[in-house]
Amino acid sequence: MTPRRKRLYVVLGILGGVAASVALAVMASRDNIMFYYDPSQIAAGKAPSDKRFRIGGMVVKGSVTRKPGDLQVRFVLTDFAHQVPVEYTGVLPDLFREGQGIIAHGSMSPNGAFVADEVLAKHDEKYMPPEVAASLKKKAGAKPIS
Amino acid sequence: MWNWFYKLASPPYVYRLAAVLAPWLLGGAALCIGYGLVDGLVFAPPDYQQGDAFRIIYVHAPSAWLSLSAYTLMAVAGGIGLIWRIKIGHAVAAAAAPIGASFTVLALLTGSLWGRPMWGTYWAWDPRLTSELILLFLYVGVMSLRSAFEDPGRGDRAAALLAIVGVINVPIIHYSVQWWNSLHQGATVAKFARPSMPGSMLWPLLSMLLGFMLFFGGVLCLRLRGEVLNRERQSSWVREVVRAS
Repeated sequence: MTPRRKRLYVVLGILGGVAASVALAVMASRDNIMFYYDPSQIAAGKAPSDKRFRIGGMVVKGSVTRKPGDLQVRFVLTDFAHQVPVEYTGVLPDLFREGQGIIAHGSMSPNGAFVADEVLAKHDEKYMPPEVAASLKKKAGAKPIS
Repeated sequence: MWNWFYKLASPPYVYRLAAVLAPWLLGGAALCIGYGLVDGLVFAPPDYQQGDAFRIIYVHAPSAWLSLSAYTLMAVAGGIGLIWRIKIGHAVAAAAAPIGASFTVLALLTGSLWGRPMWGTYWAWDPRLTSELILLFLYVGVMSLRSAFEDPGRGDRAAALLAIVGVINVPIIHYSVQWWNSLHQGATVAKFARPSMPGSMLWPLLSMLLGFMLFFGGVLCLRLRGEVLNRERQSSWVREVVRAS
């Protein structure tokens, strides 16, 4: 074996070893690295009950209620399988609206609602001009929604 | 063909080649970035949700792409230097590192400025954001490791090894938005899928990407010339170059 060959194998061996250990570490910590839990995971009891965590989901249309004269908002988050009510007091990001994906940071209260002290808005990877979005909406409205 | 390949390992040849390539690459970059900025910032339609704020994508996404590809290039060049003992490989890796690190900083900063109005926060310990920050630390680590040794050869080899090991972070960054629940959205432009944006928004983005690549190539050529001169300062051809100038 030429020294060049040997160096190649040593480097490939190191790379393979580190890649394998990182892959194992990533798989083992997958649940811990979750940035947020969705309502189904919470319903399945996967979210910590004693710690703060983040919850992510879609704001249910028509579920946003505000207390007059206060910053308190209540809304319901869904992942289209389960729902979780959320309470939050504070300023919401610009993208917060009904039907929008959001992430809230806080903890579960004993009454089953999620009490958040931070709300972040998530957006998807799709970009389009407003006219296109409007016409897409029209088309979707013409069809029966399954 | 092979002859040309061997020539690429010769420092004086690379020194001259880089001087020829640099103006073409930088000129092309100026054209692509100029068109991309005007079309992207002025003529592309606003986004239906984010309005004009989405336009930061024209700087953010190309910077992030380049931060990954520059790292991969640095690791491959370092590997060539490490395994085949080709000196120019280390020179390329050393020249690429600060440029890649700058793109990483740019991606993090523009992302943070975009995140504040849209997500509601400058920073979150999200898998995508965290792995990109680790990429910056890797760049800094590779650069400082190179200069941490008395013997430049040992510094080169240590830096190359760290760069190669760190390459594992590149797929992690790329797939972080798929593997984990993440605040960051998925890829808009993927290799084998239809991009999730109309042509009027897409063309300036692709032009910016090409422009950033050409810019990277041009700056790499300029930095490589300096790197080669410094590394070969004891050799006769450098003395010739210096005397001629």
